[in-house]
Amino acid sequence: MKRQLIVFVKQVPDTKNITGEAMTPQGTVNRSALPAIFNPEDLNALELALQLKDRYDYHVVVATMGPPNASNVLREALYRGADEAYLITDRAFAGADTLATSYALSRLAVTIKDYDLILCGRQAIDGDTAQVGPQLAEKLNLPQISYVEEVVSITKTQIKAQRAIEGGYEILESPLPALLTVIDSNEPRCSSAKRLMKFKKAKTRSELVGSNYTDAERLAEEEEKLKARGLWINEVNAADIGADVERIGLKGSPTKVKKIESVVLKAGQAKQIEPTELGIGNLIHELIQDHTLG
Amino acid sequence: MSDKIGNVWVFIEHEGGKIADVSLELVCKGRELADRLKLKVEAVLLGDKLKGSVQQLFHYGCDNVFLAEDPALEPFTVLPFAKTLVGLLKKHRPNILLFGATMKGRELAPRVASTMMAGLTADCTDLQIDDFDDKVNKQFYKDKLMQIRPAFGGNIIATIVNTWQDPQMVTVREGVMKMSAPDSSRTGKVIEVKPELDDVDTVVKVLKRVTQTKGVDLKKSQIIVAGGYGVGSKENFKLVYQLAEALGGDVGASRAAVDAGWLVHDHQVGQTGVTVRPKLYIACGISGSIQHRAGMTESSKIIAINTDPDAPIFSVAHYGIVGDLNDIVPKMIKAFKAKV
Repeated sequence: MKRQLIVFVKQVPDTKNITGEAMTPQGTVNRSALPAIFNPEDLNALELALQLKDRYDYHVVVATMGPPNASNVLREALYRGADEAYLITDRAFAGADTLATSYALSRLAVTIKDYDLILCGRQAIDGDTAQVGPQLAEKLNLPQISYVEEVVSITKTQIKAQRAIEGGYEILESPLPALLTVIDSNEPRCSSAKRLMKFKKAKTRSELVGSNYTDAERLAEEEEKLKARGLWINEVNAADIGADVERIGLKGSPTKVKKIESVVLKAGQAKQIEPTELGIGNLIHELIQDHTLG
Repeated sequence: MSDKIGNVWVFIEHEGGKIADVSLELVCKGRELADRLKLKVEAVLLGDKLKGSVQQLFHYGCDNVFLAEDPALEPFTVLPFAKTLVGLLKKHRPNILLFGATMKGRELAPRVASTMMAGLTADCTDLQIDDFDDKVNKQFYKDKLMQIRPAFGGNIIATIVNTWQDPQMVTVREGVMKMSAPDSSRTGKVIEVKPELDDVDTVVKVLKRVTQTKGVDLKKSQIIVAGGYGVGSKENFKLVYQLAEALGGDVGASRAAVDAGWLVHDHQVGQTGVTVRPKLYIACGISGSIQHRAGMTESSKIIAINTDPDAPIFSVAHYGIVGDLNDIVPKMIKAFKAKV
């Protein structure tokens, strides 16, 4: 059997490129107007996984937890070179904080078993917490290497990786299996056109049901066909991965949100300075007078 | 568990015994929270050969310091630190545990929170004590830690509460809590702890460690001239440097300028860079994304220069100059040289 690794990825709203259209007249963000994208650092984790596939012949499993349409990021991972995909989706997971999320992800890893490595992006741009990776490592009782820039080498039993530290880097050695969180330090490859043509037909069970196969027998037949062609995205719910209902979703989340305030831009506070020699000269004079300058 | 509420703890980060500024900031904040709750402030200092670093923690406000020294705790690696910290947490059950939102803090705190089954809030920018009336679950919590942080790319500010058992854990961004003046007459108690580490805790080995001292430390700068994508090129950044040099300041940058490869990350101001609060911040060609503004709005005076009159940077600026920085920056240099 091939050596196997799992990359956990997330579909996120594109918070970094907020345009005027996504702003409400009150100056707050209209979330639904933001496009859903592949979390940037998860693309770096996927790229590292694909490099390890090239170097060590790994079977790359990509997995995500999210709503049914999060299958989009899984297809994108398949276009780029992932071998197999899992979508964890269930209303019972809704409202999960990082602790409940890492527990749910750990249940999938336990279900898949036989992995050498788990790769995650360092953090997702919607929450920016960077917590799920280390928490998942703890749940699975794995050593973690955070902020990985590149993998130096892998043997049967251990990994050497370079990771960033404050003002420099370290080379760490860890036994396998291990969990790595990956930072923005590689250039994710593009989708291959050939793979795109093939895997755009990849489907989850819900998507298959949604595409007019109401007859159970036809459905099973169609599922077998997709599986045979490698176009099946495994869809699992809480029961499938043996998740304890007390530990998932809102119930499994110790943190509660007390209050949310939108950051509102208050315009018109700045004193306008004319871009002329006189205007700028007066400004500099004012700043020298009040001891800001000089 | 006894009814007695645990103390306020601060995880102390250090590099070879030199305590990080953020840890001292958190000791000061911890003091404030502990006074409000009538509790003690206790520091956790892990590493090797650290006795010389302890007094400083008392001077900034700690009542007690838990000191664990072991060769396996130097240099920092996550597993032995997590094991030692979890041991102390289970024994003493502090009410609150603060970490700096540094690279070390952000990899250690979640691992520890996961073992403790405790809530953890990342990158807080403010902490307060208040009651929490959870109407959804019909629960009332007295004197909880309000964990205030930007989320969703900084577009919202969320107040988060940990409703499970203590500790209430947070990481706090560097430079946002005020450090008060140390009082060298203050003393406290050192509680020495023997870490119980097994082979499994030390499986990750540091084979090589390379650090360079920072080219620039903007946290200490009084005047910062920062450039963004609007500067246009690495070549053109010389204008920004010239203005900084003329005013006796340092050069900062937005993420866009760093991502473009015009400056190294040490210069980056904002959510993924440093938080600064200089006397004067001049933003040249920076549109002012919320991530950038998060790192500089507390500057005493802000001048924004941008060709786009609607750029969000103007909303936080004290002085706005709409125009081309290639025209305006030389005028500023000239005006300043003429006045002094």
